[in-house]
Amino acid sequence: MNPENDIAPSDITPREVFESRRDFIKKAGVGLIASTALLLNCPISAATPKNTNLPSRKLKAISTAYGRGEKLTSYEDVTSYNNFYEFGSDKSEPVINAKLFKTQPWTLTVEGEVRKNKTIAIEDILKLAPLEERIYRMRCVEGWSMVIPWVGLPLSELIKWAEPTGNAKYVEFISLEDKQQMPGQNIPLIDWPYTEGLRMDEAMNPLTILAVGLYGEVLPNQNGAPLRLVVPWKYGFKGAKSIVSVRFTEKQPVSSWMKISPKEYGFYANVNPNVEHPRWSQSTERRIGSGLFSSRIKTQMFNGYADQVGHMYSGVDLKRNF
Amino acid sequence: MRAFSLKSINLDGYLTNKVFVFSIAILPFLRLFYLAHNNKLTAHPIEYLEHSTGFWTLTILLVLLFLTPIRQLFKLNKQIRLRRMLGLFVFFYAFLHVATYLWLDYDFNYDEIAKDVIKHPRILVGFIAFVLLLPLAATSNNASIKRLGADWVKLHKLVYLVAILAVTHFWMLVKRDVSEPMVFAIVLFLLLAVRVYFKFLAKLARPS
Repeated sequence: MNPENDIAPSDITPREVFESRRDFIKKAGVGLIASTALLLNCPISAATPKNTNLPSRKLKAISTAYGRGEKLTSYEDVTSYNNFYEFGSDKSEPVINAKLFKTQPWTLTVEGEVRKNKTIAIEDILKLAPLEERIYRMRCVEGWSMVIPWVGLPLSELIKWAEPTGNAKYVEFISLEDKQQMPGQNIPLIDWPYTEGLRMDEAMNPLTILAVGLYGEVLPNQNGAPLRLVVPWKYGFKGAKSIVSVRFTEKQPVSSWMKISPKEYGFYANVNPNVEHPRWSQSTERRIGSGLFSSRIKTQMFNGYADQVGHMYSGVDLKRNF
Repeated sequence: MRAFSLKSINLDGYLTNKVFVFSIAILPFLRLFYLAHNNKLTAHPIEYLEHSTGFWTLTILLVLLFLTPIRQLFKLNKQIRLRRMLGLFVFFYAFLHVATYLWLDYDFNYDEIAKDVIKHPRILVGFIAFVLLLPLAATSNNASIKRLGADWVKLHKLVYLVAILAVTHFWMLVKRDVSEPMVFAIVLFLLLAVRVYFKFLAKLARPS
């Protein structure tokens, strides 16, 4: 048995995480239970050299009900129109500049308010939980949106593994800083490395995932390989890319965009058509790939995920906490 | 061996030839057609059209503003006859820019457009710049020049305000990397500074 799976459920793990997991196991049926058991029982330390080889591009993932029926944004568009300033400030640059980016080997450290600072390799993160396909809408603060079939695992699985202490109220995500590999970091547009943050309950929300792939394949470099955050009810910039460190904190962290322009970017950055941005319309958005003569569509509160996340913000003034 | 000489290709002649300059200035427009036809307007074609037409409006506007300093600094005159054509190209690209915004981007949804103009200063600034461009384009014909006389010259000084507003509009759009609008701003600043300098010289030369 893998000792990491013997941890008693701590107070930090909310009920809905267990419930949702029970839920999807129920839904997925016998075959899934078998494979889940297999994965969970697979001892992390027993990784043979064979297993540490470069993974094939294809990823095995359980399909889920998330986003079923949504029209997907084309692979071409998802992988050629990227805000990833580490590889250039123009959205057409990352696909070119990230080509040679090395994502192997990759380790993630967990630090701050945790029982013990730990490091985990990307291959072992993939074993924390069965990979799932999640089709999510992504709304960029710039007024455009996509529908992306991510492959990933709930962030809550990593958090459980990290064993945060009772003081952990927030989670900060730190992206890689490597000027050699990331030409965009030679320009001080951002106080590198890029950082983002979530409140603990947001991080534990079943919708929040760590993505390792899209369209059933390993994450393309320009999309934040090998590991990125996806928080579908928040503006896209919350999704930190190429994460190397997860830090648990007691105080609310200050994200990169908050540092750059606190009037424009708040900590929450929930998709909200009622809170205007000084540059872009937030009441409507343009769906990428909808064609030259299509109309804008109405932006939905919490990007349409209000049922799953609205309860976390009851009593919060979203106009002030934008 | 004969040294390569600019004179041998009559660069001066080409650069002041209206047909030649027209063919160059229309290229960005033809390119957009080509890209649209081949489905190469990026993942966000409307934004691309907006940015591209905006970029060329500004670029041609700055080229236009070079014509007078060239006369003042190098005592060359021929390029001045390009002024009207380039001015109309500025209007042409600005019109495409605004049409893309009103039609393709906002589907002539005037409620949404009004909201956008009021709530987003950069749109308001760009909108004012375009409105100020209208009387300039409308009075670019010979009849108006004759009719308005000295007022025509005064009216067309608005182009400086349009240029300042247009660069500001671009600057405000950019989320973080202002290097491109910065280039436009510096060039515009120099172009205006040259004018101020020559005005100052003229004042000195005038007997008091």
